[in-house]
Amino acid sequence: MPIIVVEVMPKAELLDPQGKAVAGALHRLGKDQFSAVRIGKRFELTVDGTVDDALLAEVRTLADEMFSNSVIEDVVSITVDGEAR
Amino acid sequence: MRIGVVTFPGSLDDRDAQRAVRLAGAKPVALWHGDHDLQGVDAIVLPGGFSYGDYLRCGAIAAHSPIMAEVVSAANAGTPVLGICNGFQILVESHLLPGGLIRNDHGDFICRDQRLRVENADTAWTNAFTAGQEITIPLKNGEGGFIADAETLARLEGEGQVAFRYLDVNPNGSANDIAGITNARGNVVGLMPHPEHATEAGFGPDTAAAMRSGIDGLAFFTSAIRALAAV
Repeated sequence: MPIIVVEVMPKAELLDPQGKAVAGALHRLGKDQFSAVRIGKRFELTVDGTVDDALLAEVRTLADEMFSNSVIEDVVSITVDGEAR
Repeated sequence: MRIGVVTFPGSLDDRDAQRAVRLAGAKPVALWHGDHDLQGVDAIVLPGGFSYGDYLRCGAIAAHSPIMAEVVSAANAGTPVLGICNGFQILVESHLLPGGLIRNDHGDFICRDQRLRVENADTAWTNAFTAGQEITIPLKNGEGGFIADAETLARLEGEGQVAFRYLDVNPNGSANDIAGITNARGNVVGLMPHPEHATEAGFGPDTAAAMRSGIDGLAFFTSAIRALAAV
């Protein structure tokens, strides 16, 4: 069954305290190669059937209106079985 | 006067909110997230807690609850709606209030008695205060950082829609020290601190007079009763 993957990230201009905490932990472990960490979300939607344009449009709407909150987050990608759509 | 308190899966302060309504002199009505029924209440409180375990985003899943369709219609028709903490998060996720709430900038959950300044004393939930009045009520949250884009912030400030501002310390990185906001009409108010926990002497924040004697939260609920009586 095809899998649609939606990725959501906190807006670049907003503080990401979760990412900042991980960056701090990396620093404490001596991993100084990384200047910043940001943490987002990945949604995997297993589709019962085939993926057509209508379904993708619906997923795009869901991504904008439910999976993300446009005030604080951006939908950064929607892919189907690894291919950008 | 009947004031409904909605219980969502994971609400924690619904009973405290009901108690606050009773102490203020109105009749509390328990409302259920899964119903499409406001039971004819005159005002609505969305209480604090961790609806749906804060999954997806705080308040995001609760914002899609069956009863929220009725809450949104009632709010748009002028019914007083108060969102406390998780209830505030539900209000912004429902687009009844602008902006968003993100994880505290310092990364920690915070629980303290918080001083606030009442910036707008003309709303359905603040009319028993005077503008500029300083109050102390408990604050307890992990994701209470209020943010909005520059244009929205300017509008909130310019139109008097900042209802409460943090004093002494900004406990969570909120923009402009904003603790709570109102919609333009003044019937929908949301804030992160908890007025329902400061409504009965013996159970509130400490004051100069006595331990746990603070009841600054009571005026939120008496305000709603006043606003409804004036209609």
